[in-house]
Amino acid sequence: MLNTNDILETVRMIETEHLDIRTVTMGISLLRCAGGDPAGLADRIYDTVTTRAEHLVRVGEELEREYGIPIVNKRVSVTPISLVGAGQDAEGFLRIARALDRAADTLGINFIGGYTALVPKGATESERILIDTIPEALSSTERVCASVNAATTKAGLNMDAVARMGQIIRRTAELTQDRQCIGAAKLVVFANAPEDNPFMAGAFHGVGEGDCVINVGVSGPGVVCATIEKCPDAPFEELAEVIKKTAFKITRMGQLIAGEASRRLGVPFGIVDLSLAPTPAVGDSVARILEAMGVGCCGGCGTTAALALLNDAVKKGGVMASSRVGGLSGAFIPVSEDEGMIAAAKSGCLTVEKLEAMTAVCSVGLDMIAIPGDTSAAVISALIADELSIGVANTKTTAVRVIPAIGKKEGESLSFGGLLGDAPVMRINRADPSRFISRGGLIPAPIHSLKN
Amino acid sequence: MKAVITVTGKDSMGIIAAVSALCTEHGANIVDISQTVMQEYFAMMMLVDLDRMRTPFGAFADELEKLAEKNGLKIHAMHEDVFNSMHRI
Repeated sequence: MLNTNDILETVRMIETEHLDIRTVTMGISLLRCAGGDPAGLADRIYDTVTTRAEHLVRVGEELEREYGIPIVNKRVSVTPISLVGAGQDAEGFLRIARALDRAADTLGINFIGGYTALVPKGATESERILIDTIPEALSSTERVCASVNAATTKAGLNMDAVARMGQIIRRTAELTQDRQCIGAAKLVVFANAPEDNPFMAGAFHGVGEGDCVINVGVSGPGVVCATIEKCPDAPFEELAEVIKKTAFKITRMGQLIAGEASRRLGVPFGIVDLSLAPTPAVGDSVARILEAMGVGCCGGCGTTAALALLNDAVKKGGVMASSRVGGLSGAFIPVSEDEGMIAAAKSGCLTVEKLEAMTAVCSVGLDMIAIPGDTSAAVISALIADELSIGVANTKTTAVRVIPAIGKKEGESLSFGGLLGDAPVMRINRADPSRFISRGGLIPAPIHSLKN
Repeated sequence: MKAVITVTGKDSMGIIAAVSALCTEHGANIVDISQTVMQEYFAMMMLVDLDRMRTPFGAFADELEKLAEKNGLKIHAMHEDVFNSMHRI
């Protein structure tokens, strides 16, 4: 018989500590759609997505019932559309965006990722066209998510793309001003974007992947926080140990669901993403974990060290629990999606500058941060350049998902509802970087990219 | 497949009888059972074999949920593998 305490511990994790599987994401290759009549491409994409993922939601719900663990999101990621739609004009790309949106609606999923361009070293004409259509694609659809990989450690930082993305993010926010600027919340700019990330908005199905895979993202900040609260005065070695043990258990759950989902859908298992993903619910916050460690308020001195410890321990504990680990794997710090982060940002303790420092030691980047509506495109681009440089120099993934709150200023907030939460508009340094951004070109790859 | 049913809540007469009756009705065979009462707080764990279930697991879980609501209890029914994978290497 199973141990009584173990059983009660698991039930408590789910019942009161918000343990859940954050996402079961099916990655679908659309490369086979690329051949044939260009006019029929959008229809072929719709058919491929809806056929491949036909049973995704049903199987997800079955697993929830049988295993008694909530699976919050069932989602789909596809091959970067800039590759699938190479040769299309702007209207062609927008037709694809609408087809993806329709497919997501048919499947009953809330997001579909892959309206993506990979341009770390340079952009093809198709990639430039796709990037230009992002504002309209995101404002005229509900479920499509877009991402742009603008830098890698190997290639360097494509500053032309970074300059353009500042304008694109602003334009996307402007076009969705009447909906809390939600468009910008579905758009991510990456350095070192992973090809198997199951989390939105940055999910896409890389070209190195097979036809179809199941990737799973686990969660559980509440469980980790509860564990830490039980050892208020433990030295750091002990703290790291308890986090590792908890991360192991959480990840085993993810691995179990991933394996079973893969078997029932007849689709190979891809990876488990060892992430601590918060939600706006009380008791499901990464910020509160840092505070439980003893940092007075998230954003205060000590926050980066606490986060580094947390991030490392989560990975060490999780890696043995899964047969294959990938994606972003680390603690997320999206401001609007984390109750503790929202409180810290509102109180002024957590600043954009501190968040930038924190992203050097965790996954993934400046995430879900609302900035004043009159922030210039050049400032946004410079913010992206800073953040991506951290990723490039440290050989890690970093990303920027900021939301210019059009018509709003510091102290006000954007309210998205659901898992996207509420974003207090944060102060941002407004010194004019336009001469830096307008230089254009490529910031060369760092010396440690030369490994051969 | 085997499932673990946990029942927690304020103690009252006939909790085990009610859950067991539901198991019998749906063809879930009780393999192991343990229960304890701590300061009027009732906690029971039951391992059931579902191989001869007459209803789908989802419907059985729904019935358990109804029973929980009626009696002010919390009842969870989860696949045994959840515990095996979380707590055993």
